[in-house]
Amino acid sequence: MSITENKSTKTQNLLEVKDLKMHFPVKGGFFRRTIGNVKAVDGVTFDIKKGETLGLVGESGCGKSTTGRSILRLLNPSAGSVIFDDQDITNVNGKKLRDIRKDIQMVFQDPYASLNPMQMVGNIVSEPIKNYYKNKKEEEMKEEVMELLNKVGLPEDAYYKYAHEFSGGQRQRIGIARALALRPKLIIADEPVSALDVSVQSQVLNLLNELQDEFDLTYLFIAHDLSVVKHMSDRIGVMYLGNVVEVADKHSIYKDPLHPYTQALISAVPDASNFGQKRERIVLQGDVPSPENPPSGCPFHTRCPKAMDKCSSIKPQLKEVKPGQHVACILYD
Amino acid sequence: MSKSEQSKAKAPLLEVKGLETSFSIEGKDYNAVDGVSFTVDRGKVVGIVGESGCGKSVMSLSVMQLLPKGIGKIRNGEVLFDGEEIQSFNEKQMNQIRGKDMAMIFQEPMTSLNPVFTIGYQIEEVLHNHFKLSKKEARNKSVQLLSAVGIPRAAKIVDEYPHQLSGGMRQRVMIAMAIACQPKLLIADEPTTALDVTVQAQILELLKDIQTKNDMGIVLITHDLGVVAESCDEVIVMYAGKIVEKTDVESLFTKPKHPYTKLMMGSIPRLEEDTEKLETIKGIVPSLTKMPQVGCRFANRCPKAMPECTEITPQLEENEQGHEVACLLYETSHPKEGVLG
Ligand SMILES: Nc1ncnc2c1ncn2[C@@H]1O[C@H](COP(=O)(O)OP(=O)(O)OP(=O)(O)O)[C@@H](O)[C@H]1O
Ligand SMILES: Nc1ncnc2c1ncn2[C@@H]1O[C@H](COP(=O)(O)OP(=O)(O)OP(=O)(O)O)[C@@H](O)[C@H]1O
Ligand SMILES: [Mg+2]
Ligand SMILES: [Mg+2]
Repeated sequence: MSITENKSTKTQNLLEVKDLKMHFPVKGGFFRRTIGNVKAVDGVTFDIKKGETLGLVGESGCGKSTTGRSILRLLNPSAGSVIFDDQDITNVNGKKLRDIRKDIQMVFQDPYASLNPMQMVGNIVSEPIKNYYKNKKEEEMKEEVMELLNKVGLPEDAYYKYAHEFSGGQRQRIGIARALALRPKLIIADEPVSALDVSVQSQVLNLLNELQDEFDLTYLFIAHDLSVVKHMSDRIGVMYLGNVVEVADKHSIYKDPLHPYTQALISAVPDASNFGQKRERIVLQGDVPSPENPPSGCPFHTRCPKAMDKCSSIKPQLKEVKPGQHVACILYD
Repeated sequence: MSKSEQSKAKAPLLEVKGLETSFSIEGKDYNAVDGVSFTVDRGKVVGIVGESGCGKSVMSLSVMQLLPKGIGKIRNGEVLFDGEEIQSFNEKQMNQIRGKDMAMIFQEPMTSLNPVFTIGYQIEEVLHNHFKLSKKEARNKSVQLLSAVGIPRAAKIVDEYPHQLSGGMRQRVMIAMAIACQPKLLIADEPTTALDVTVQAQILELLKDIQTKNDMGIVLITHDLGVVAESCDEVIVMYAGKIVEKTDVESLFTKPKHPYTKLMMGSIPRLEEDTEKLETIKGIVPSLTKMPQVGCRFANRCPKAMPECTEITPQLEENEQGHEVACLLYETSHPKEGVLG
């Protein structure tokens, strides 16, 4: 497949997330009244084109999983909108939500926790099919599941085995087979390889890439490991404290990051082509503020080496600073 | 300087010779570490890499003599610390050097901090064990140590409990405890794996600082090749309880030799390079109880395996100056032209 051909087919957005917010109430006191809010996701904007992989990176607690769960409507967003396949799905319910969930599937971090170890693999993978196609013949379903198992690189006899009989990497393959069962358009993969040993990690990453081509999938790929995200993604969104601070093509994020946080993040990743040499590194001071009590203005201003006075009062919005590179920082206003 | 002191100063800081550590599984002993030899010099960082379960932690626990009692034991080999054979030390003798001359940062910070004592109490305990300090001096010292590892509000944090701290902060407390007595040798078992990269960068920088100041030797266990490249002088690659390759850090990256090393390095995505497809290693590591006793342990997964690989056990041999590898492809008695590369 040539690159240009790829590009021209990737112009239509499959997903558009606009100013999405997810605030969790904090209850306290005798009457369990709401005494505050955890602003886990606090104004996230990005879009994903058909067939594309958008990576979402950021440090622990910055709101990556919450963003994924809100898109899938496992959580009800507090504000903002989610447009999927030209449909506003932010507030849909009932049958409509059920239909959407057929098209958006999730692969989770922990293959141990997300599968029932006492269930037969065949049942785990066919469960979503049974759910949506009640009248499907047993035979036909089994054939489909066998084919899925084959596609994700599991032996056919896996069908009759139990999840607990498999290794971590194999369980993640089971999870992927289940996610594929309904032929979704979008897969949200939340740290799909973080629990795996490196030699197994590469198998799962390769598999996800092969499946994307074969099934024409679009991915939202969430991980905290920048090297993994860069390997998998076309574009990358960088999150900090509930906000997307920069979205760009992966090469721009790596070679020419514009937001001071992205710059610090990239400079912190140790470079395997750099032996023993001291590298200029932007070392951030202090800890990440609590999402319960985020700083005013720019969420990063308390640790930003380039912060100015006005950064504590004005919250910068994402703006296209270079073609395709969106940054939320006053420096580029 | 007396003669014995002179020879002591010349001896490497840590010398491990033919170490075999076994675990008793259903009444039988199986070697989790099987004939491992290496040295660590003062002021040097030796990295250890290898797949999960290859024996990195067990090797470190053996050096520290912290193996689970009654289950794991050193079966064979010698551990020399500062020129002195320590594997026969009793508990009391070990207690004198452990924490003071050699210290360890454990893989899981939460299990190694005691939840019922304050952070300050736990650091002060280490200090009291090895130095004569007043209560106040110990308290001041622990606040100092906490700020040294980059903990904000150190004077307040000393009175808090482990569960009140974030994972990154707990890991920093562990490091503060490990460096409290300025040890000559630090064994750090995945010290930054649970941390975000920006915190990891702070911590690695801090370790580097202490190391150059005190001429400390470090054994750094990590799966992160970037960390290896930037922090280590030498690297040991382990597979299934054995060392398969040992070399300086630059040779590891520019001319890896063992087929396992090559595959492992190719299977990890790198930020600085674009790879179309990652390398994979087929199959799995044999379990401890099913480990082949003859031949190369990687043979069943090795794309370059030859029939004799399951019959002849490869020895770790110097292939180029300072670059050792255990693979028949490189053994001089088994010249296999055309298969190298
Ligand atoms: N159900 C909930 N109730 C209250 N707070 C929550 C809830 N879920 C998440 N949070 C908080 O929201 C913030 C974002 O959490 P989230 O799990 O989205 O982060 P993340 O970026 O996925 O982190 P990680 O890399 O550790 O997985 C955190 O501060 C978390 O404690
Ligand atoms: N307490 C124990 N009892 C029995 N076997 C053990 C015990 N601890 C470790 N082992 C075995 O010894 C081998 C080496 O384990 P070790 O913890 O050293 O691996 P590792 O290289 O540190 O792996 P990781 O990268 O996952 O930390 C493994 O096969 C493991 O199952
Ligand atoms: Mg998460
Ligand atoms: Mg270990």
